[in-house]
Amino acid sequence: MVAKRASKANIAKDNLLHYYREMLLIRRFEEKAGQLYGMGLIGGFCHLYIGQEAVVVGLEAAAEKGDKRVTSYRDHGHMLACGMEANGVMAELTGRSGGYSKGKGGSMHMFSKEKHFYGGHGIVGAQVPIGAGLAFADKYLGNGRVTFAYFGDGAANQGQVYETFNMAALWDLPVVFVIENNQYAMGTSQQRSTSSAEIYERGRAFGIPGEAVDGMDVLAVKAAGETAVAHCRSGNGPYILEIKTYRYRGHSMSDPAKYRTREEVQKIREEKDAIEHVRDLLLTGKHCTEEDLKAIDKDIKAVVNESAEFAKQSPEPALDELWTDIYAQAEA
Amino acid sequence: MAIEILMPALSPTMEAGTLAKWLVAEGDKVNSGDILAEIETDKATMEFEAVDEGIIGKLLIAEGTANVAVNSAIAVLLDEGESLSYAASPAPVASAAAQTASEPTTAAQAPITVQVVEHDLPVGTAFKSLTVREAIREAMSEEMRSDETVYLMGEEVAEYQGAYKISQGMLDEFGPKRVIDTPITEHGFAGIAVGAAFGGLKPVVEFMTFNFAMQAMDHIINSAAKTLYMSGGQMGAPMVFRGPNGAAARVGAQHSQDYAAWYAHVPGLKVVMPYSADDAKGLLKSAIRDPNPVIFLENEILYGQSFQVPDLPDYTVPLGKARIWREGNDITLVSFGIGMKYALETADQLAEMGVSAEVIDLRCLRPLDTDTVVNSVKKTNRCVTIEEGFPVCSIGSHISSVLMHEAFDYLDGPVITCTGKDVPMPYAANLEKLALVTTAEVMTAAKSVLYR
Repeated sequence: MVAKRASKANIAKDNLLHYYREMLLIRRFEEKAGQLYGMGLIGGFCHLYIGQEAVVVGLEAAAEKGDKRVTSYRDHGHMLACGMEANGVMAELTGRSGGYSKGKGGSMHMFSKEKHFYGGHGIVGAQVPIGAGLAFADKYLGNGRVTFAYFGDGAANQGQVYETFNMAALWDLPVVFVIENNQYAMGTSQQRSTSSAEIYERGRAFGIPGEAVDGMDVLAVKAAGETAVAHCRSGNGPYILEIKTYRYRGHSMSDPAKYRTREEVQKIREEKDAIEHVRDLLLTGKHCTEEDLKAIDKDIKAVVNESAEFAKQSPEPALDELWTDIYAQAEA
Repeated sequence: MAIEILMPALSPTMEAGTLAKWLVAEGDKVNSGDILAEIETDKATMEFEAVDEGIIGKLLIAEGTANVAVNSAIAVLLDEGESLSYAASPAPVASAAAQTASEPTTAAQAPITVQVVEHDLPVGTAFKSLTVREAIREAMSEEMRSDETVYLMGEEVAEYQGAYKISQGMLDEFGPKRVIDTPITEHGFAGIAVGAAFGGLKPVVEFMTFNFAMQAMDHIINSAAKTLYMSGGQMGAPMVFRGPNGAAARVGAQHSQDYAAWYAHVPGLKVVMPYSADDAKGLLKSAIRDPNPVIFLENEILYGQSFQVPDLPDYTVPLGKARIWREGNDITLVSFGIGMKYALETADQLAEMGVSAEVIDLRCLRPLDTDTVVNSVKKTNRCVTIEEGFPVCSIGSHISSVLMHEAFDYLDGPVITCTGKDVPMPYAANLEKLALVTTAEVMTAAKSVLYR
């Protein structure tokens, strides 16, 4: 059961504009990253988040200051949504010293202690116990924080996810397991890779409550996020959100997309797009004009272009950076 | 027919145990399956059941007797109506059996002529005798007392009191928040511990054996060791993964591997493998305080061995510094962990031949103190390395390569690496013995590089 789209009434204009801006930033950023990849400025793997923007923007709207998040390698959107700078993210994609990891992490490995973003993990499913571990630390320290552990429908078949569900439930860890179900585990559809139609129901075996959420509706995501966070923060243990979303681009830049039709992607773009949805709400609710939105588009474009420029201009890391950050030095 | 009830072996490494308590008395009738006694092994206190039925004719060992050798008679079981003609012979209860029982243990420790070089201790430091097991427990407990963020998690560390009794008593002292029993899911709990380390805690993860850590390898390598680098120095995993490593006794191929070389291969990890109790304590305390992920490789056979440990309130040993156990001029023997037993025995035998061996305990495999080895070889001109792990890409082969680069002109013979054999560990007692490195093999290697 997918939750109904949130009603259009009593949604503050400021919030909608904020969601619009945040989602658009992610989309334009990712489009630019794809372009830079094509130009050879970004190397290796690059997994774009286009189509899934409402997931992170909705959940960040439900988070409080100090809450933590950890995710997989499809991580650019999460970083932008939690307030990390576009410049630092883009410069990491180009492998430059101005990147969040000084160019040593790349697209899949960025972190920000300041924004409580704990990566950026390249091994499918590994971020799930790590997220539970962050929640373990918070519970141990008694600081009232909640962790969002994001993973895909593909990772949801990893054994370590269920080892983690078990311990998170046993120990009442304040962690929201966010299954970003974009329907494809790389190139294998959910029907061909996953025995259950509703993945969140697997939590039932561990006594973990959960729900499916329309991931193309940022307001529905936010509402579900608030339920989940309240559950975790009040000491009831973990919660599962299976957020049904869709990735417009390939798994990575080198995806030939033989496993789905162009029409399938097009249909979702036209009928379900999360950004168009908010745009409609803003315009039909007369919260703003086309002109206002154009101004936002222009601002975002400027931010993204600046990040691309920064990422091109930022120097490559100094050669002696090869040998730094392997070991932390003990504090005296 | 009277039957002798024998002291049972209740763990793979048990040679003797304590007869903690008799649950039957002389004259009692017992059936098979009845609990006869509680026996304390090197790992736990266990109940011992009757196999045969009959009447307890005589208890040969008093309860509370320690060091009762495996397979020595502890009671006599009679058939109904049978008299106790047997009982006349082994009259005096406790001591006789206990004496013989204690021999193997003392024998194993006695001949090591320890000449500790490099102890940097305050004048007048007192020493106390501790087993390696007690030393590890003291290290963890001391660090947990001084730092709230240090906690212990693993299988059977809490209520069971430790699969090898390392954490015995710690649940009582620190409570279930800090001494945590995990499910048998290494991959998951290792990942949770890494996350907890990212989140500001200092986890000590006990693996029941490092053989099981294979399931956690991804988190140890990819999540713990690499994050500091991948994050450009922003965050890392200050934590310790510890537990027994290498062969115990007769536990077969999947429970007998030495992973020293595997972990030593990985930048971002520190790897410690102590031999003695004082090093186990001092190095583990340093490992817990270290801001990096540290692999701490213990050895089940060494757990019960006693060593002199400085009786200081805060005894630490720095990571990355080898220890010279004996100084010598004719040959350098380099080892670590239980390999030190063979190295020190070889040094004793060489001394009888008039050869003076320098014995180096690497203690820490990453960072590796190659300077101490190179400087020694520049003096002795010969080197043999000893370890229990497999021969291909071993610690010894790395040491050998370092010596080629840094002491080539000083070598008067090839560097020989004595290792375990290149086979999965067999179960049969004779084959297992053959698979492990022996003092005799080390002697042969030493003699060959000495051309004697």
